[in-house]
Amino acid sequence: MPEYSTIVAHVEDRPGVLARVASLFRRRGFNIESLTVGKADEPGLSRMTIVVEGGAANVQQVARQLFKLIDVVSVVDISDQPVIDREMSLIKVSCRPAQLVEVGELVKAFRADIVDVGPQSIIVQVLGDGAKVEALESMLRPYGVLEMVRTGRVAMVRGQRTSKPAPVSLDAQEAEAARAQLGRRPEGALPFASD
Amino acid sequence: MKLTGAQILLECLRAEGVETLFGYPGGVVLPLYDTFVQYPDIRHVLVRHEQAAAHAADGYARVSGRTGVCLATSGPGATNLVTGICTAYMDSVPMVVLTGNVARDLLGRDGFQEADITGITLPITKHNYLVMRASEIAQAVKEAFHIASTGRKGPVLVDIPKDVFIETAEWDGYPEEVHLRGYPLVTRPAQDDVERAAELINAAEKPVILAGQGVILSGASAELCAVAEKADIPVITTLLGISSIPDAHPLSYGFMGMHGHYYCNMTADAADVVVGIGMRFDDRAMGRFKDFNPGAKIVHIDIDPAEIGKNFETHAPVQGDVGEALRALLPLLAPAAHPEWRAWIDDLKAEHPTDYFGEESELTGTWLVRALAEETGGEATIVTGVGQHQMWAAQYYPFRRARQWITSGGLGTMGYEVPAAIGAQFAQSDPVWSICGDGGFQMTLQELQTVKDHNLPIRYALFNNGFLGMVRQWQELFYSDNLHSVDLGQPDFLKLADAYGIAGLRAATRQEARDVIRAAQAVDGPVLIDFRTAKVENVWPMVPAGAALSETIEEPA
Repeated sequence: MPEYSTIVAHVEDRPGVLARVASLFRRRGFNIESLTVGKADEPGLSRMTIVVEGGAANVQQVARQLFKLIDVVSVVDISDQPVIDREMSLIKVSCRPAQLVEVGELVKAFRADIVDVGPQSIIVQVLGDGAKVEALESMLRPYGVLEMVRTGRVAMVRGQRTSKPAPVSLDAQEAEAARAQLGRRPEGALPFASD
Repeated sequence: MKLTGAQILLECLRAEGVETLFGYPGGVVLPLYDTFVQYPDIRHVLVRHEQAAAHAADGYARVSGRTGVCLATSGPGATNLVTGICTAYMDSVPMVVLTGNVARDLLGRDGFQEADITGITLPITKHNYLVMRASEIAQAVKEAFHIASTGRKGPVLVDIPKDVFIETAEWDGYPEEVHLRGYPLVTRPAQDDVERAAELINAAEKPVILAGQGVILSGASAELCAVAEKADIPVITTLLGISSIPDAHPLSYGFMGMHGHYYCNMTADAADVVVGIGMRFDDRAMGRFKDFNPGAKIVHIDIDPAEIGKNFETHAPVQGDVGEALRALLPLLAPAAHPEWRAWIDDLKAEHPTDYFGEESELTGTWLVRALAEETGGEATIVTGVGQHQMWAAQYYPFRRARQWITSGGLGTMGYEVPAAIGAQFAQSDPVWSICGDGGFQMTLQELQTVKDHNLPIRYALFNNGFLGMVRQWQELFYSDNLHSVDLGQPDFLKLADAYGIAGLRAATRQEARDVIRAAQAVDGPVLIDFRTAKVENVWPMVPAGAALSETIEEPA
């Protein structure tokens, strides 16, 4: 069972940024387990959640290489932190009308939803961490899984701490506090430092 | 004031102080070439192949310390730059690469001479731009020069579609600032990191400094010497770190690595504290990673955080500009003396010198480099290609000052020596010596016409053994002497010199060699010297590929 690490990166919302990130991962031989991108709360930025194969030493190298890309504004390794991580999946299951109640109970037990009902099939929507998605899929498999799509993982650190880029202009005192929070780092702190 | 995109680009180059750029015209950059006449202060040097434009810009940058600039058209023009861009990328050379592309409405439609050069160069540029509006040229160029010349330096490409050169936009002067939130420059090292490094160095009994090109890029030769002197630390360099400390400095021991000096490799392997400064612990320098000096504590000073811990576990990482880091380190170092350690290295050096000069009757490459060193007083800027001649030059030329040694280290680009010497010569007035292999020379020799155009006083010293020498050496040593595809033949290079209208000289013996070196020095203009060197000669010492530094082979068994 390979080890996985999770990185949150904020990148400029520009054409070609995904290609730069993908090119870097390919060239350096880092295996991506999952990569999701969406708009960040700060305008002009996208937020990527990247699940990458490898432990601490590998992810440090990934993070540092990633941060070298000019369009990457911040990189935070959240592997060691308590996080909420979620992915969503749509599962199209073969299901005759007579089976609907039975399948419906199963879906309810997972706090998932049936979002489409057809004569021969239904679509189940499930939200949760990867284990939950996989557990439901395995329970549905005996009915016949016709198709499945997973979004890949998004993650957020629990508590007050964020994985967002440090504000650009801070006064000296704030900067000191931010640095202390980021850990031991000099002026112009590298935002990926999560130690 | 409204200007065309082409005018804006040249205004930007002027504002950056670009005096010389190397280029080759073609369809989509014609609007730009049409505009050069309005900017006579920007000298465009016409090369004869785009690859040469990139290498010339690279050589110019390495000698001058400024950002080199090259220019090519779309499609094949742009792809011909790729080897030169990658060469600069691997060796952290500041360079701005300008390319044209097809008009905007043709992009992505496989139009004539369209190549996705920003896509192609993603992994070999520090950053690149496709500029889609004339109004965006100035900001892109400003950022390109900023990114290329700061932090860990490197090439940045700016691709401009043909109609963007023609489009007009408001010109309100060159931008003064860049705002790149994804590119914070951290040049000042963390004080506690420096303190930890100082502690390790102060506790060392057998310290060694491995100095790389970062020392030269940072202009920190004086700081390197000050640190080495205060703590009495022997300095070994990487291939690209050569000339970061004068060879004559008492603490300078020469370079390490696959063909480094035996005593340097053994010293690096025996040290208790290894201080890497502006270098990246590359495989050619360090040998087999897992068997490099397992007991050593490693201090690593580098501007690029991604280099720290990449190949070796680092006990004291210091991320920052080399010069700033060394200035911060100096007051924390205790004055020290390591007489026993120094004596151990000196004895090793005396017992295992690098002095493979061959028989008196042979014109060997090793002897020839020494003769060149004697005749030029060790003062010449030396440009090389890649292979045996490069290693001999690294081993035997006594460098005196930074930026005197110009070679393709990381990528190992044969053919670099001909055009890079052109760039080097545009950056200085004293004649440049280009030490060429006959293999590499034949890859880029078309540039002799560029040399002739400008009557550049480059001395091309062709180490001509008719062999692809380094490959032949490997086939001899590691492939049962099964020579294949290494016999290059020997064209008449004097006729070639004649064809280009430049002086040609030839030597086949040591006496003739001395005579022609002196004769070449008297020539006002370019010279091609055909040194008929020993047919079969190997580079020693050698760390076989995949071996550890401790397994350095001194001589043929």
